[in-house]
Amino acid sequence: MSKKILISSISSDSHTWNLVYMQLLIEELGHKAINIGNCITIDYLVKQAHYHRPDILVISTVNGHGHIEGVEIMNELKKHDVLRNLKTVIGGKLGTLGNNNESYVQKLLDVGFQRVFFGDKSVDDFISYVNEVKEQ
Amino acid sequence: MLETAENSVNNDTINHGYFNCFVNEMRKNNKLIVQPRMGFGTVEEMQTGLIKVKSACAPTIGTLTIDSYTRVNQYDAARRALDSGHKLNGFPIVTHGKETTGKMLEGVMTRYFPVQVRHGTALPKEIFKALLASGLDATEGGPISYCLPYSRVPLEKAIQAWAECAQIFAEATTKGRLCHLESFAGCMLGQLCPPSLLLALTILECLFFKSYGVKSVSLSYAQGTHSQQDIAALLVLRKLAEKYLNDIDWHVVVYTYMGVFPATTQGAFAILAESARVTAQSSCERLIVKTAAEAHRIPTIEENVASLEMAFAVAQEARTQTFSIDEEEKQRLYEEVVFLVEMVLNLNSKLDLALHTAFIKGYLDVPYCLHQDNSNLSRCYIDERGYLGWASPGKIPLPGHLFKNRAHKKQVSSQDLLTMLQFNKNKYDGGHYDN
Repeated sequence: MSKKILISSISSDSHTWNLVYMQLLIEELGHKAINIGNCITIDYLVKQAHYHRPDILVISTVNGHGHIEGVEIMNELKKHDVLRNLKTVIGGKLGTLGNNNESYVQKLLDVGFQRVFFGDKSVDDFISYVNEVKEQ
Repeated sequence: MLETAENSVNNDTINHGYFNCFVNEMRKNNKLIVQPRMGFGTVEEMQTGLIKVKSACAPTIGTLTIDSYTRVNQYDAARRALDSGHKLNGFPIVTHGKETTGKMLEGVMTRYFPVQVRHGTALPKEIFKALLASGLDATEGGPISYCLPYSRVPLEKAIQAWAECAQIFAEATTKGRLCHLESFAGCMLGQLCPPSLLLALTILECLFFKSYGVKSVSLSYAQGTHSQQDIAALLVLRKLAEKYLNDIDWHVVVYTYMGVFPATTQGAFAILAESARVTAQSSCERLIVKTAAEAHRIPTIEENVASLEMAFAVAQEARTQTFSIDEEEKQRLYEEVVFLVEMVLNLNSKLDLALHTAFIKGYLDVPYCLHQDNSNLSRCYIDERGYLGWASPGKIPLPGHLFKNRAHKKQVSSQDLLTMLQFNKNKYDGGHYDN
């Protein structure tokens, strides 16, 4: 079954190649991708999530602030009844520490992200995750 | 080693601008200026970084990269991050304020070590005010280059904001501080933008700055996928700067590859060295470097200094080496860029309106740019030679003779995109590297 997947960045991140790539990848997996782009404020993200009611929300960010803003996004989503259980994942370059970015993973999982994708295997892991969700 | 430069800078430096004067001086001395990307959240780290860049064995300009909260005008978020000890990815110049910033620069920024503010802001008025108040006189960006790739701000609003900022610089210039403004449009999206569009956009942004009274500008160009094409593009850029900007001070700044960077040390150094060679051989004045750490994390100060010194050494050596020019590509690029620039200038006698109209109608269109005012119908590809060109020009009305044999109808898949994004990484990391 085709899923509706909302792709967003965080408010301070201006990178877009990661978003373009994620869009193409999701479409090739047979799902509907809604790419709302870079520099997305939490407020705008929440409105878009309300409007589109996606099956999965993908936060893709590479500027190093993901570990800060990811937490803020999750805390905001939890305030909204209809978004509280939205399957939300985050991936990319989440901090400025290179390989030490692993240290942020637990923090992001604890706050409510279903998965945190980083490093060489992130694309494969993401594909597996999307397939998993499909089977549920 | 910079004593000659220091002594020879004339006493009117302040009137002619720290930044502007230093560039002119180094041009006379045939020396490439090298500059890092560098920004730290705290005053101590930022000052240490600048001092180390200043003492590098190369003619350097210091960089004050602004953090990404300030870039999107979230000064409160920058304040909260500072207060809570979070590591910021740049220097929050507005939040620190003029006194703190001025003090940080005291004794560091001099007539032979100018500092440029780099920020990425579509609505940069507060940054312009803060940098002038802090004693700085140079920054970069532009109404297109800092709006379309980096923000969700409507283009019209960014054009208006940048017009105000250009006027702020023009006014300071009239009052005796020659301020320098670099157009960042030669770097749209960092990679995969056809060179003709990069050149046309950076020329148009400089014309925009000039129209508001800015007297010192730089045109930018980011290293592409083939050095022969890069040299051709840079020679065309210089020729056209002479044509369009001959009544103000201008120079060209080259950026070491801004896309997905080689991950190996040798690959990273090879692509950096290649950018230094290309810059020197096309007689361009300034190079913004990258480091071997680029693919993995934000580089350390020491890694930046090592890159600066290496790039300068390679550039000096390259000036004595022979190289060839792809005249056919040069001619093609020249025609294409003149076509694009003149097409926009003919849309409206007011450049502000012409630029806006060009994007709204899709006559200017940056491939893969997601901004709401960009048509995103044009597509690019890397041909069998490794040159970057149009796969489809979208609604850009390129004349057929410029476009023929370049059409490439295949739909770009995520894997194709990844391959193109990683073209240079694979080329340089693979070790298949021809000098």
